[in-house]
Amino acid sequence: MGMNAHWDKTMNRWLKIDPREGRVSLNELPRLAYAELYDDLNRCLQDENFHVASYFGVTVPEGVLLICLVADDASGGVWLASYLYGEGGERILPSLTAVHPALHVFEREMTENFGICFADSPWNKPLRYAHDRADRRQSMNCYPFYAIEGEALHEVNVGPIHAGIIEPGCFRFICNGEQIVHLEIMLGYQHRGVERLLRETDNRLRQTLLCESVAGDSAVAHGSAYAMLVERLGQRPASEVLELERAIALELERIAVHLADTGALCMDIGYQLGQVACEALRTIVINTTQAWCGNRFGKGLIRPGGSFYPLTDGLRTLVRNNMEEVRRRFAEVTDDLLDSASVLARFEDCGVLTRTQALRIGAVGEAARASDLKRDVRASHPWGPYGALIVHEPVMAAGGDVFSRLKIRLGEVMQSISYVNTLIDRLDEIPEKSPRPDYTFPLAPSALAFSMQEGWRGEIVHVGLTDAGGRLCAYKLKDPSLHNWLGLALAVRGEGISDFPICNKSFNLSYCGHDL
Amino acid sequence: MVSLILILFVALMQPGLIARTRARLSGRKGVPFYQHLNNVGVLLRKDPIYGASAGMVTRLAPVVYLGATVTAALLLPVGGFGALLSFDGDIVLFCYLLGLGRLALMLGAMDAGSSFQGMGASREALYGAFVEPALFLVLGTLALVSGQIRFDGLFSQVVSGRPEMFVVMILMMYALFKIVLVEAGRIPVDDPRTHLELTMIHEVMVLDYAGFDMALITLSGWIKTALLSIIGASALASVLEGTAPVIVLLALMFALLIGVLESTMARSRLSRNTTYIMTIVALAFVIFTIAFLVMREVSIG
Repeated sequence: MGMNAHWDKTMNRWLKIDPREGRVSLNELPRLAYAELYDDLNRCLQDENFHVASYFGVTVPEGVLLICLVADDASGGVWLASYLYGEGGERILPSLTAVHPALHVFEREMTENFGICFADSPWNKPLRYAHDRADRRQSMNCYPFYAIEGEALHEVNVGPIHAGIIEPGCFRFICNGEQIVHLEIMLGYQHRGVERLLRETDNRLRQTLLCESVAGDSAVAHGSAYAMLVERLGQRPASEVLELERAIALELERIAVHLADTGALCMDIGYQLGQVACEALRTIVINTTQAWCGNRFGKGLIRPGGSFYPLTDGLRTLVRNNMEEVRRRFAEVTDDLLDSASVLARFEDCGVLTRTQALRIGAVGEAARASDLKRDVRASHPWGPYGALIVHEPVMAAGGDVFSRLKIRLGEVMQSISYVNTLIDRLDEIPEKSPRPDYTFPLAPSALAFSMQEGWRGEIVHVGLTDAGGRLCAYKLKDPSLHNWLGLALAVRGEGISDFPICNKSFNLSYCGHDL
Repeated sequence: MVSLILILFVALMQPGLIARTRARLSGRKGVPFYQHLNNVGVLLRKDPIYGASAGMVTRLAPVVYLGATVTAALLLPVGGFGALLSFDGDIVLFCYLLGLGRLALMLGAMDAGSSFQGMGASREALYGAFVEPALFLVLGTLALVSGQIRFDGLFSQVVSGRPEMFVVMILMMYALFKIVLVEAGRIPVDDPRTHLELTMIHEVMVLDYAGFDMALITLSGWIKTALLSIIGASALASVLEGTAPVIVLLALMFALLIGVLESTMARSRLSRNTTYIMTIVALAFVIFTIAFLVMREVSIG
């Protein structure tokens, strides 16, 4: 409590919001001078409980408004403040990235989108080459890759077209023989302009579909974040049944992707037994989701205001039985993996992301937890049944290597299965059904709302602003991949280039989640 | 001529046997047994495609590789069926014909001018250099125990009926099995099924080849695997008084074992491959020493 009071005092210029509330009127949004914003951020980010959940620019009549959300894992609070770019006369801002590298993605995005100049930024390269970027002369063809001169070194370029059926992204390695000295990842090929499309349409069904498509493997997580945000803006809190069903869908998504990733990791080291076993189990889980909503990835399941697909008694039995089946068979797979010397030899001590690195780059989610950094929205900023029915204790590992990331997956599959069962048990106690979706309820005018979800990959943050007429005029979303890509680049330093694929798979980051 | 037919038979059966074993052990029905032949048939009917930077070497490499491998096949007898060519020292020529094939493929890969192929060629050169002593030690041991330096008689003149020799030959077959794993690019050394260029050894070298050329490379690889398997099988058969059918069955057993191995274990880290291959060399040296002591009738202790 003492610490919290201390931070309340330090952050007294900021507005503290209960994340279960998640909405403020734009009039209440504190507007700071840049020096104040800089000082406060610089100070609070020295406490590792704090991290920037979102920091972005919005075009307002007066210019560009920078809005910052800081999440405090210890107190569960979220602090909000803003700064009008150019207010006070300064056009060149001191960069926070120089002190806190985790902010590089946010500052690079602001530079790219609005031409905001951060004077001493160490790495201010374009982030994703957005369609509406400020400087159209910048193009992907002339991305300024980092280069090292040297007779012994050579460059290997992988992508943007890859051998597997994956998304495009360009990886530039600088190698000393078989050893990776440096890796730079250039993304942006999947940029679709999701945020612009979101604010340009008033059709809330279309907005839902857009959010479901931010990252194909996180359809439920991004869909839920959108639904929660709109419900907050519309002051239409979801019923308990609806929240339970969404949580079940989210945990099913987590189980399915973790199973798929475990299988894919086995495939990449040529371990056929683990691969086929995990693929079969993943099919059971995604088929369960399909039986529920007609789509294996849960598209169509999450809608604002309600649901078209109530989890009926028959479906509950199906989910329970399938969870039991997966639990039984996955326990065998887990034992087998942890017992196989040839598997452990590949995963252990490979691709280490140290805790300090994870903290400095602002790693989130499963990758952070594998490096002993506790970042889990279900525990720190719980919503719905989390924090009440489910008191979440994150699965942690300390190694930071591929094996640790695998162990997180193995543990979380089992944990999520038990959560699904708990959630269904609670659902059985409630007689009423979830309402039908509603795409038309009015939204509060001149308001800001945010929602946070722990997708399987990590922290997802959506922020939406409404204008005086109550229509969504700005939407900012953040996929955990945004932070974690740099983690991958750091983790492979010093590794053999032939181990890059398993390091990459162990993070399994989203290209389109980053590129939006 | 019969020996050549038997070698080709083993070469064409082994890939199907590996695939079938893997499929069965992973609980799948698997592709038809002859699928690999269909695939090569399709490749044979297609024209090759060459990259912009590819020169003469790229075009020549597959032909040289196949030519060298088939010539090597002419030197190897199977059981009682003699080889088409036989002369003193043909075992040395055999090894270097395989070496020539490898060299052709490596030059072809580098000629493509891509960083991937270059990486593959450098790996192949390293592992090829390490595995060659092992093959020579194994063949040298055979020459020692049979008193012959030509394939004709290398297996038939082995002093059989002695239990020590049986042990030597079992070890020899084991060493040759490991050499086959390296030469054929199978798990744990290489993974022929992977799609990840950065981890490949053999597959990344031939990444730019297509159509007819790719078919030649594939066929050469099969024949090479068959040749080494048959040497291993012949070594064991020599002490069992085994005839050609036994040798063919033992050689097919190699494929079965590869299938089992690939279903149940993961591939090693690339940096561990050197150690793995050096262990084969060490094993071959131990076999040689044991054979030497047995032949000289030196008793220890």
